[in-house]
Amino acid sequence: MVAKTLYDKIWDAHVVNTSDDGMSLLYIDRHFVHEVTSPQAFEGLAMAGRKVRAPEKTVVVPDHNVPTTWDRVNGIENEEGRIQVEALHANVKAFNLPNYYEMNDIRQGIVHIVGPEQGWTLPGMTIVCGDSHTPTHGAFGALAHGIGTSEVEHVLATQTLIQKKAKNMKVEVTGQLRPGVTAKDIALHVIGVTGTGGGTGHVIEYCGEVIEGLSMEGRMTICNLAIEGGARAGMIAPDQTTFDYVRGRTHAPKGAMWEAALTWWKTLRSDEGGHFDKVFEIDAADIAPVVTWGTSPEDVLPITGAVPAPEDFEGGKVAAAERSLDYMGLEPGTPLQEIEIDAVFLGSCTNGRIEDLRAAAAVLKGRRISDRLSTAIVVPGSGLVRLQAEEEGLAEIFKEAGFEWRLAGCSMCLGMNPDQLGPEVRCASTSNRNFEGRQGRGSRTHLMSPAMAAAAAVTGRLTDVRELSELEAAE
Amino acid sequence: MEKFTTLTGIAAPMPLINIDTDMILPKQFLKTIKRSGLGVSAFFEMRYDTDGNENPDFVLNKPAYREAQILVAGDNFGTGSSREHAPWALLDFGIRCVISTSFADIFYNNCFKNGILPVVVTPEQLELLMSDAEKGANARISIDLEAQTVMSSDGAVVEFDIDPFRKHCLLNGLDDIGLSLEKSDAIDAFESQADVARPWV
Repeated sequence: MVAKTLYDKIWDAHVVNTSDDGMSLLYIDRHFVHEVTSPQAFEGLAMAGRKVRAPEKTVVVPDHNVPTTWDRVNGIENEEGRIQVEALHANVKAFNLPNYYEMNDIRQGIVHIVGPEQGWTLPGMTIVCGDSHTPTHGAFGALAHGIGTSEVEHVLATQTLIQKKAKNMKVEVTGQLRPGVTAKDIALHVIGVTGTGGGTGHVIEYCGEVIEGLSMEGRMTICNLAIEGGARAGMIAPDQTTFDYVRGRTHAPKGAMWEAALTWWKTLRSDEGGHFDKVFEIDAADIAPVVTWGTSPEDVLPITGAVPAPEDFEGGKVAAAERSLDYMGLEPGTPLQEIEIDAVFLGSCTNGRIEDLRAAAAVLKGRRISDRLSTAIVVPGSGLVRLQAEEEGLAEIFKEAGFEWRLAGCSMCLGMNPDQLGPEVRCASTSNRNFEGRQGRGSRTHLMSPAMAAAAAVTGRLTDVRELSELEAAE
Repeated sequence: MEKFTTLTGIAAPMPLINIDTDMILPKQFLKTIKRSGLGVSAFFEMRYDTDGNENPDFVLNKPAYREAQILVAGDNFGTGSSREHAPWALLDFGIRCVISTSFADIFYNNCFKNGILPVVVTPEQLELLMSDAEKGANARISIDLEAQTVMSSDGAVVEFDIDPFRKHCLLNGLDDIGLSLEKSDAIDAFESQADVARPWV
């Protein structure tokens, strides 16, 4: 028998047919839909007189445009945002889509958090969404990736995608994580190693004892950021941690069906000798708590480092670094820990889960955020994450520290809703992209883990979370 | 979708690497429920100052490149978001072809759905075409999809690879949903078999 990778196995189980030209029709098990990338797809269906082929496999939730302030029960003030959310609602009704979480449903949240939470995301599935952070679901050993609106329409109409198989890439993280290092640090460190285009044309399987030791929340953070390394998808072989997370969720299989599913899921591992076109081996001892300094997710450095100079790079990166430093308002040689911040954002599909909020709250407990901050918000990834955080007393910790406690949505990760930053406002952010203008025109984003963002909130500057307690003792 | 067969036009040089989807079309323009009208907002934050005036240094604002139909761009063009609004904006501006050493996967796919040809070339070939593009409006680059060639203004020919299926769709302006629906029987058969193999899905 030919040795297969995890990706090979899921791919093979979903190929409807393959043409002579190498293009395959791939069956899609789950299609997540949100309001921003779907209206033109539904319009296309309607104009062609087509229907949604598998409404029961389609899961719909508005997240990008929704305000996160508590007054949203009264509706969306921004007209364009409201029209988009209303269009989604109208399309749900027109096409009879049964799996729909409205803005004010307590189960609403960021699509990539709602899917796993409700048990829509299962091992071995093919999952797509008109959103580039769809690889998040790969944490369950699913093949999950982002698609454009034309492909959204294609999946709605046919429940398939025309695909050319990607290459296999392995990222193995071995050894022991150092204190203060989280899944976010691992993911950013990996992108720093591979580059933002390093995964292009590949599906990444993350493996090794460090990955196996992560919770599902941590694994979702890792896979969420696969796209920032350019990969089509990221995935992690399902194991007991995965099964324990999935078991009992609303849409997870039950009883005999669960046993049948489990039998198959346990086979979803790369075989010995499975072929990987690219392999990266990372020693966990080399990973520090990191932050980004520039405007690409590959611009990663340990928090103990200093702002680089354009001359430190080669080729096209020299001009790119020059532009980034200018945009970010940073001088080469500045120690990263001397960079003062104006805002902190805790949330997003990368870091808006309960474990993320616990990590940030652990740092903030009994502390106050810096007076420097003009903005400090916590946006839980879903209504259910919010409820759980409130029950665990985390919300109180955030509020006492000086954070605003918000309702679920994409929020300041991309600034399509009212949560945006002004020009030159510098933000410690748990989100996924530090692109120019991402959080608001001219705003400056430093990506980091929830614990690091919480530490930065306390001191008002980029801060090594490991030193926070020592610093306070010295003061 | 409009066919793509041959194109001869002005090529604008954008040597910056990692030109991301937020640069191509910032998020405030994703609120539309239409595909049209985004050209005026393409490269918004590079193209206009905060008062909405054109930035004269931005390549597509320069007289020589205002009618550009081709972009010659640095590595990893289109990195970031899945927003098809990015290629919609390029198309609406008049761009029908982007040439680079590599493209982000989703952006690359999105181009083909909209009659835009993304061409992958080697670093040496990019350098040649970039210097050609830098010559301005008189230097026109020609693309022949059938022959899979790009010709610089001085006649240098660069060959490129492309998937036969995508090429076929682009050459004929085909709607691939229609093509896939023709395979409905195969999809039905797959579903019946998958319902047995993985009934929990």
